[in-house]
Amino acid sequence: MENYYLFKIILVVALFVVSLVVAMYSTFAERKISALMQDRLGPNRAGPFGLLQPLADGIKMFMKEEIIPNVSNKTLFILGPCLAMTTALMAGVLIPWGGKVEFMGKPYDLQVTDLNIGVLYIFGVTSLGVYGIMIGGWASNNKYSLMGAIRASAQMISYEIAMGLAIIALIMSTGTMSLGEIAAQQDAGLANIVYQPLGFLIFLICAFAELNRAPFDMPESESELIGGYHTEYSSMKLGLFLFAEYINMFISSAVIVTFYFGGYNFPFQNEINEALGLSTNMATALGTLVMFGKIFFFIFFFMWIRWTLPRFRYDQLMRLGWKSLIPLAILNILITGVVMWMNGKLN
Amino acid sequence: MQPLTNRSKAVLQKEMTFAEKLYLPAIINGMIITFKHMFKKAATIQYPEQKREFSPIYRGHHVLKRDDEGAERCTACGLCAVSCPAEAITMQAAERKEGEEKLYREEKYAANYEINMLRCIFCGLCEEACPKEAIFLTDRLVPTEFDRGDFVFGKDKLVEKVDDRVDVTRRQTQDVLDFKQNKKYSHNK
Repeated sequence: MENYYLFKIILVVALFVVSLVVAMYSTFAERKISALMQDRLGPNRAGPFGLLQPLADGIKMFMKEEIIPNVSNKTLFILGPCLAMTTALMAGVLIPWGGKVEFMGKPYDLQVTDLNIGVLYIFGVTSLGVYGIMIGGWASNNKYSLMGAIRASAQMISYEIAMGLAIIALIMSTGTMSLGEIAAQQDAGLANIVYQPLGFLIFLICAFAELNRAPFDMPESESELIGGYHTEYSSMKLGLFLFAEYINMFISSAVIVTFYFGGYNFPFQNEINEALGLSTNMATALGTLVMFGKIFFFIFFFMWIRWTLPRFRYDQLMRLGWKSLIPLAILNILITGVVMWMNGKLN
Repeated sequence: MQPLTNRSKAVLQKEMTFAEKLYLPAIINGMIITFKHMFKKAATIQYPEQKREFSPIYRGHHVLKRDDEGAERCTACGLCAVSCPAEAITMQAAERKEGEEKLYREEKYAANYEINMLRCIFCGLCEEACPKEAIFLTDRLVPTEFDRGDFVFGKDKLVEKVDDRVDVTRRQTQDVLDFKQNKKYSHNK
């Protein structure tokens, strides 16, 4: 039992560190990718290839003057970024990062906890993320921040519905709400994307909206709202907001990969593992590596979209959410149901 | 009206087709474009290490040339000041004394020669007007100063040093030399 807790604690700490490092280097990747897409070079002065840039940015954020506006509600003002960061870090515990791991002679899942209502938990936690933005924007007592906060909450609520409906179809076809099982089911068979292409598309679009990333970066929209909810923020509190966005991006990518792209599974994994003669731990490491490859692709994809598309107008955003995605998601549920009924999977 | 480019399209307010309403084909097209750009050469010039080439006809900081023996070519005729549209040039002429033949090429020289770099528009008319090939615009940048007064450059900053000649061959091309040889034009008399 002590080994169990030891393993979980190590896993949680590792997850925490990995989330932060990935988020750190996502900021670097974002700048580099945007530069490449715009025929520029991007950061290349700090360290070899500019690899120390995130560190320099971090130090800069810490050294900057901390300004709390007099007219703001100080408690809530400080609570905002803390909430954003905390909720961003909370979702990672449910992701199955790999298969079985042998630790002190006993096999464990490479997952901090496998709740049987994992999908619901992920939803709950990611929805809490909007509170950070909302409270931060509201407490700033600034019109731009308030506008950003309003937009963020309206956008979150609208897209959460379509996202939830897209997930319902997935839950119907997989028959489970545990992320560990969803990932394990895609072991031998095909990835869920094959069964739920429309669901995946809706989920992906909603993920963009939930993350407040372009083309749905309405709450920030630096060209019209100065910075939206974080207009009044400075120093590391601003850093936390920005950082939370990248952690969210990492976790969302992990969720997308787990839900639709087989998580840590990859084609012919059993054959490959046997051919290479890998031990359990090595096979798991390979699976985790593959999963991280998929996650990095999606992080890249998020950035790719951001530097390709312009921002939606507010009414367009709402129309897309309510008039297109929600009906489509309901249609998706219907189709899933009909197909399952025809295959005799409904009792 | 003649169109400027052939790329203009007549704007139509037509209904969007289904594919257009979906947005997805357009988004994918856009993504292909940005992806292609990732492999293009960056247009960046990494400044302190690399410097952008000056254009061959760049007109920057003026120089007052000396001849091969090191004597100043300028005779303070004032044609440059007359031609200057910005009235940036002033000078005072003086007569060469005995023993100064090494310093000044002809009997008359400019005792003072000032160009106000804040007035100068770097048009190069002074250079065109000069019958003695004494003043040229070069590809050097005018240095920054803190006071407006310091932008009035005197002979100390304008006349080239004897041991540090300024290359003006890019301004003094064969065409220019041929033109100045031609005594037919009143300019060159």
